[in-house]
Order: sequence, then structure tokens, then C-alpha cells
Amino acid sequence: MKALVFCAIAIAAFAPAVTDARVIHSERSLYQNLLVVEKGTQRCLQFTVRHDQRNQTCLDKSHPKRMVFAYTQMMMAALLLNPDPLRILVSGLGGGTIPAALAELLPDARIDVVEIDPTVVEVAKRYFGYVPGPHTRVYVQDARVFGKRAVLSGQQYDAIFLDAYNGDYIPEHLMTREYLEETRRLLKPGGVVAANTFAISRLYHHESVTYEAVFGTFFNLTLGQSANRIVLATAGELPDETLLVQRAAAWEELLEPYGVPIRSYPPRMTTEPDWNTEARVLTDQYSPANLLRELD
Amino acid sequence: MLYRLLIQVLAFTGGFCIMSLELLGGRMLAPYFGSSIYVWGSIITVFMTSLSLGYLWGGRLSLRQPSLRRFGLIFLVAAVLLYPLVFYAESLMNQVFLRFEDPRYGSLLASCVLFVAPTVILGMISPYSVRLLVTETHHSGHVAGTLYFVSTLGSALGTLATSFYFVLWFEIDTILTLLTGALVAMWAAASVASLRA
Repeated sequence: MKALVFCAIAIAAFAPAVTDARVIHSERSLYQNLLVVEKGTQRCLQFTVRHDQRNQTCLDKSHPKRMVFAYTQMMMAALLLNPDPLRILVSGLGGGTIPAALAELLPDARIDVVEIDPTVVEVAKRYFGYVPGPHTRVYVQDARVFGKRAVLSGQQYDAIFLDAYNGDYIPEHLMTREYLEETRRLLKPGGVVAANTFAISRLYHHESVTYEAVFGTFFNLTLGQSANRIVLATAGELPDETLLVQRAAAWEELLEPYGVPIRSYPPRMTTEPDWNTEARVLTDQYSPANLLRELD
Repeated sequence: MLYRLLIQVLAFTGGFCIMSLELLGGRMLAPYFGSSIYVWGSIITVFMTSLSLGYLWGGRLSLRQPSLRRFGLIFLVAAVLLYPLVFYAESLMNQVFLRFEDPRYGSLLASCVLFVAPTVILGMISPYSVRLLVTETHHSGHVAGTLYFVSTLGSALGTLATSFYFVLWFEIDTILTLLTGALVAMWAAASVASLRA
């Protein structure tokens, strides 16, 4: 009986998602196709017509603060490595979920957002209610170029969020040892990098050894069923689990409205390599990320 | 017959190297200027302009004592101008990056600095090869058509091989070295053939 009720609920929950999905805006930008799709109370930004989780960022209109996808929530684990960042860099705007949450959670922080596609910025504002906070600046630029200039002008950040892959095409110059070295130079002592990357295909091994080459040991945060994994790295020492648990407890209540199960993360954050450590490091000289992603 | 085949192989290799280099150009510029559409715009503009100049000068060069030996020298000069990219491309792009904020003009200038010299020389191959194979006026269109066919086929294969396989197997510098090697080999082949003739 219980199972039957569960099935009924599951069907009721899924049915509108399938039947009611409608495209409320579509646009071809300089870089990609943008589709704003509404399904029930969810409004999603998709970069392809495929209904692929990696391709979207969603807003739950009945709970606008709530982060819909697990990987977005998991990016917040950066706050366990640096609980009080004052200077933040977010690379890749999407629907604006991450920078909006950060601006609310850390009202004193200065946030720089870099997004290559001006159309994404427009869509985030118009369809996803993204309003840059008072201390937020949005730069329409290539993240690599922004990073190089930021190194030159001596900028430093406490937390850097890398979320520039839309799942359909990987900007290959944003997945190399040299790019990560430039990113590392932008970190203050104790600063943290959180990167939303790939958990599947041969690319996983190459990406892992590349992060390791630049940051040494890092935390890997994955969910069993997701195609995403989050890399959490610092320029210095990683905190131990006791500290992570303490910080998670301190953040729990504040993160609750965003649907971030922060206390479930510390036990899942592992430093054990589960990749092929012999894989070739990705560099500016060798970066066939899109080809590697198609290989098993 | 063998002479004609050799000229065609040389034209094919020239076409192959041009497009392979152009594709690598996008790779080389991306760390400094991104991979936006304007970066490709810069690269294609520079290659097209350089090739057009090469056609002009190659045609002019073919007026003075055209020979297989001289044709081979074009490949050697192209190799000599191409190979330094392995050593100097990084620092040249860095210099441009430091001086130009706007990545559009930065990528345009960097493309010029890196690719004009070898591409102009590679552009000289096509008209010169036509001159070597044309013997009678009424055949000239046929000869030119065949050579365009061969060299453009080389370009197509250079594009495919580089984007599908070379970037998966090799580093950029290794590919540049291979292209240089191919050009030197063409010079050697032309030199040997011209000695025997």
C-alpha cells in the first residue's frame, strides 16, 4: 500500500514535468542556444534541446532561494574550507544561483562574476530574477583573459567558484594546468577553489591529475548518481574533518533556505584518488577535453 | 609524369600545412585572448590576407627562371619561418597581451606577429606550381584546376587530421615540429629531383 501511494505521488510529481514543459524563451547567442523552459513550478535555463541535467540551471518559483540541483548545493561546500570569504570570484553566471546566494549569505563580500555570454547575463536578470548584489560586479569576458589580467593587477580572492562548463561544450583553455596555476595565483592564503566538473568519461582522470598537479591533494565531493563532481582545493593545507564538521554545523541554519545539506558533505569529502594517476595532465599544449569526454 | 606527381605532392603538403597551422592558431591564442568568435575572426583574416599576398608574390616570382629547385626553396623558407613559433610564440603573445586590453585587437595583432611570415610564403606555392606544370596555354585552366584540387584536398585533410587526431595525440609544439619536418622533406625531395633532372 505504501509503495502504491509512493508510486502515485511519484507519477503525480513527474507527470506535469513531462507534459507541461514549455519553452517560454529561446535565443541564439554568439556562443550557444539558450532555452528558458518552464515545468510546473520550475523554470530552467538549458543550453541544448536535450533534457540533460548537466545542461541546465533551474529556479523553483515556489521556493526561489532553493538550489534545485545537487551540484549547485555542493559548490557551497567551499564555505567549509574558507567560512568567511570577503573577496569572491565566480566564473560562469548561468541563472545566477551561486552569486545570488553568496551575495545574500555574505553581505559584506565583494563578488566578481565573469560570464562570457552577454545574453546569459540578460536572461539571468529577466527570467531568473538575478539582481547583482550591491558589492557584485558582472564582467562580460572570457574567464581566462579575466584571470590573466587579474593576476597582472595583483587581485586576490578568498574563494573562487569555477562553473564555466555548460555541459555541452567545454572551453578547453579553462581546463589546463596553466589556467589552474593562474587561478591559484589569485588565491589569498587560505583561499579556496570550488570547481564544478565532470565525474564521468576518460576526462575525469585527466582532470583529476591536472588539479593534483597544481593544488596537490584536494577534496573530491561526488554524489553517486550525478555526472558532476566538485573539486575543492586550496593553496595551502586542507582542514581536517573535525574542523569541517564544526563549520558545517555553523553554516547549517543559514544554508537551510537554499536546500544545501551542508552537514552531509564532510563525510563525503575524500582525498583518496579514485582515478588513474598515470593519466596525462591537461596543458595549454595538450587540451583535447571535448574529445576525451567522448571516450570511456 | 613523375615530375607532375612530385609537384602535386608538394602542393598537397603545402595545403595541408596551411590549414593545420590555422587550426593550431586558435589553440595557441586561446590562453591569452580566449576562444571567442573574434579570435577566429582574427586568425582567418590574417591567414586570408597572408595567402593573398603569397599568391601575388608567388606569381611574380614565377616570372624569373622558374625551376623545381627554386620551388623547393619556398618550402625551406616556410619551414624556417614556421619553426621559431615553438620557441617564441608564448613570449610574443605575452608581449601583445600586456600592451592591448581589447582581446579583439590583441588577437588580431598576435595572429599577425605569429602567422603572417610563414603563411605568406606558403601562399606562394600555388601559383608557382601552376607555372611549373603549364606548358601550353589551352591546358592552363586544366592544370590550375588540378592543382587547386590537390592543394585544397590537402587543406581539408590537414584540418581533419589536426582537429580529430593530432590534438588528441600530440602537444601543439610537437605538431608544429612535424609540420616543419614535412616542409623540409618537401624541400629535400624537390632538391633531389632537380639534381637528377
